[in-house]
Amino acid sequence: MEADETSTVAADSAKQSQMLPTIEAGLADDSARTSGLLVQMTGITKRFGAFTANDSINLGVERGQIHALLGENGAGKSTLMKILNGLLRPDEGEIVWDGETVQFESPQDAAKLGISMVFQHFSLFENLSVLENIAAALPGSIRKNGFNLRRLSKRIEEVGEAYGLALSPARPVNSLSAGERQRIEIIRALLRDPKLLVLDEPTSVLTPQEADALFVTLEQLAQKGCGLLYISHKLDEVRRLCSKATILRGGKLVGECDPRSEDVRSLAAMMVGTHVPEVRSQALHKIGDVRLEVEALTLPAPDMHAKSLNHIMLTVHGGEVLGIAGIAGNGQSELFAALSGEILAPQARTILIDTMPVGHIDIESRRALGAAFIPEQRLGHGAVPNMALSDNLVLSRHGTDRLDRYGMVNFRRARRLSDEVVSKFDVRISGKNPLASSLSGGNLQKFVVGREILARPGVLVVDQPTWGVDAGAAVAIRQALINLAAQGAAVLVISQDLDELFSISDRIAVLHEGSLSAALPTGQVTRETIGLMMAGSEVDDAA
Amino acid sequence: MDMTQAVLLTIITAATPLLLAAIGELIVERAGVLNLGLEGMMATGAACGFAAATVSGSTGLGVIVAMLSAMLLASLFAFVTLTLGANQVASGLALTIVGLGLSGLIGAGFVGTSRTAVPGLSMEGLSDLPGFGKVIFGQDPFVYAAWALTLLSIVFLRWTRAGLVLRSVGENQASAHAIGLPVLKIRYWAVLFGGACAGLAGAYLSLVYTPFWSPGMTAGRGWIALALVVFASWFPFRLLLGALLFGGATVLQLHAQAASLGLPSQLLSALPYLATLLALVLMSLGRRGGSAAPGSLGQSFVPDR
Repeated sequence: MEADETSTVAADSAKQSQMLPTIEAGLADDSARTSGLLVQMTGITKRFGAFTANDSINLGVERGQIHALLGENGAGKSTLMKILNGLLRPDEGEIVWDGETVQFESPQDAAKLGISMVFQHFSLFENLSVLENIAAALPGSIRKNGFNLRRLSKRIEEVGEAYGLALSPARPVNSLSAGERQRIEIIRALLRDPKLLVLDEPTSVLTPQEADALFVTLEQLAQKGCGLLYISHKLDEVRRLCSKATILRGGKLVGECDPRSEDVRSLAAMMVGTHVPEVRSQALHKIGDVRLEVEALTLPAPDMHAKSLNHIMLTVHGGEVLGIAGIAGNGQSELFAALSGEILAPQARTILIDTMPVGHIDIESRRALGAAFIPEQRLGHGAVPNMALSDNLVLSRHGTDRLDRYGMVNFRRARRLSDEVVSKFDVRISGKNPLASSLSGGNLQKFVVGREILARPGVLVVDQPTWGVDAGAAVAIRQALINLAAQGAAVLVISQDLDELFSISDRIAVLHEGSLSAALPTGQVTRETIGLMMAGSEVDDAA
Repeated sequence: MDMTQAVLLTIITAATPLLLAAIGELIVERAGVLNLGLEGMMATGAACGFAAATVSGSTGLGVIVAMLSAMLLASLFAFVTLTLGANQVASGLALTIVGLGLSGLIGAGFVGTSRTAVPGLSMEGLSDLPGFGKVIFGQDPFVYAAWALTLLSIVFLRWTRAGLVLRSVGENQASAHAIGLPVLKIRYWAVLFGGACAGLAGAYLSLVYTPFWSPGMTAGRGWIALALVVFASWFPFRLLLGALLFGGATVLQLHAQAASLGLPSQLLSALPYLATLLALVLMSLGRRGGSAAPGSLGQSFVPDR
């Protein structure tokens, strides 16, 4: 038992203020060296069986540089970053850190050198609090000086406030939305005093304001000599932030450039190899009858950390896309759960699908009425990671596609339907009918979206359809949503990506603190108006 | 000594071996490892402890040997499940069988031998206080060790960095690995600690509770301790309550049998086990929506390379 590690609040307070990690502290000893090569990866090759994920890739990051790593889903970015983080061992190639060749046996080795990572698929502990999640990841050096959770908690609130990433340290992670989880990852990485910070799609679930605050932070870090590797599909961000970009395609290095001297189209072209199409709105746009209606839905918060929904009113007509904007954690998850039937409404009549009251029936019965649902978290919620794609298809479509008879599953038909999704939605897979967990994030998202759209629903509710998905795939998904609406379906899109909402929605409403504004026609509102409505009160999470 | 005090003393004595073994298992499970070999480790500890104490004449040496022997079994379990990545449930069951067999072999020459039990603490004045004097100040060292371990594990899990790291590893091994925590090393230490506690519990049985060796003397206490960890939803303080509840049920049924209530003795003997079942059912009803089990409990950890 290590009772000597017990923190005592009464300990020498002057000493305690030093033990806490500050973003400045780790870099102070390096302050003399704010330029020069920090890390060089040379000839990195990684194979998984017959599949070559990285083929002889070179990547160098300098101190004080914000370096973009670009590529489509499945281009090999994540594999390369896992190698840099010590999670994977390269088959060939070497890593030179600060002039010395290094070999990482585990992520600990990388962490010791000061490599810190913000993961796209979060590496958080669900049942621990925000505070504990951050404390567990802080380096061992703090241990020598004691371990004071109370001060760390204060520090998290301060850093969160300073960088526009508000978090309440006591909340357990399992009650948080994707945006809030992303904030934890970022704050955790910042507090680890990184010398090299790797960010994998950090802004995909942040609001524009949060993203702006993050960029300021990243620029400050770079000025102090920290090297940054920035992975993003938002090419505007890359052009604004990064001074160098390395581009991967199909596991190979295809080029390096200065993104500031390129435009978005030329960057995208380098990633994809061809020019990226843009979303075309359907010219024939018949708005039909109301197909999804929510009538004064009030729902108490399902647990103490969730948001309650207050008197939600909305209608979605056939042929229409309704966008719901809002900052993460304002009731999006709860609204989605209420619409899908994961949480039942207090009265049947508060939710109507094609004028049928459905508030009291479960998700499967709602599917039987022609509704389909795509949740925010694709791994674990939208798909079972360790099941094959065709089995995942059975899970959501067994009722509507007659995949089971007398309790027996028609696996052949499931395979055919799943192959149809894979080919129609250009899902890139290795092998036939692989496990859902083996797909890259964007490809799995395409599969999940394709699975529901090909069920030809009359009502589709989708939460964050293109989170962490590359430009080409995002366009394909958005196009599919528009096309579905044009065929007469009612589509409700919950998203934090304003560009997305403006490009596909007919009307936009804003969810704030569990209340929904009236829906405004997209042509008659500006981004600024919507941004202000979203920001209603920025401090909501700290309360 | 009045009647209440006598009953309380017997309850505490019955609860102590369960508490010792369960505290160790709780730490092991909080690190994400399910060691079902508790019964085997306890039995081996009891046999080795008794043998060492009888041969050397030193109770202290007996306790140390008991702990070391159980730790040896635990390290075997750790090697197979952690280094080799074998299934934890199967390995744990095998460990129970090995441990029970080994204890029979080691104890064979000592059947029929008996020792004097380790005496309780005797403090001038305090131990003779009326009411609770003997309960608080007159116990044997094992009882105090069990209480201290409970307290220390609460502090360790709740307030120390090492405890937080251990919980993180048990909660999500992949995340813990990704942020640079040494998953396997932490689990090794946890499993060894669990072994030491099981050995201590075994030594208590053969040196204090019934100061002789007989084969199978652990009588399923290892399994009860495993159930107590679930009952306590992996919190040490609830473990203390659970152990006292079970100890209480054991003592109650003895008194009930003595008072000849007319109930069949078999039913009364089953009372502690029924109490455990009932408690588990009530716990599950009271905790709707997910279990409190550590997220990575029982999963092998073999990182991709």
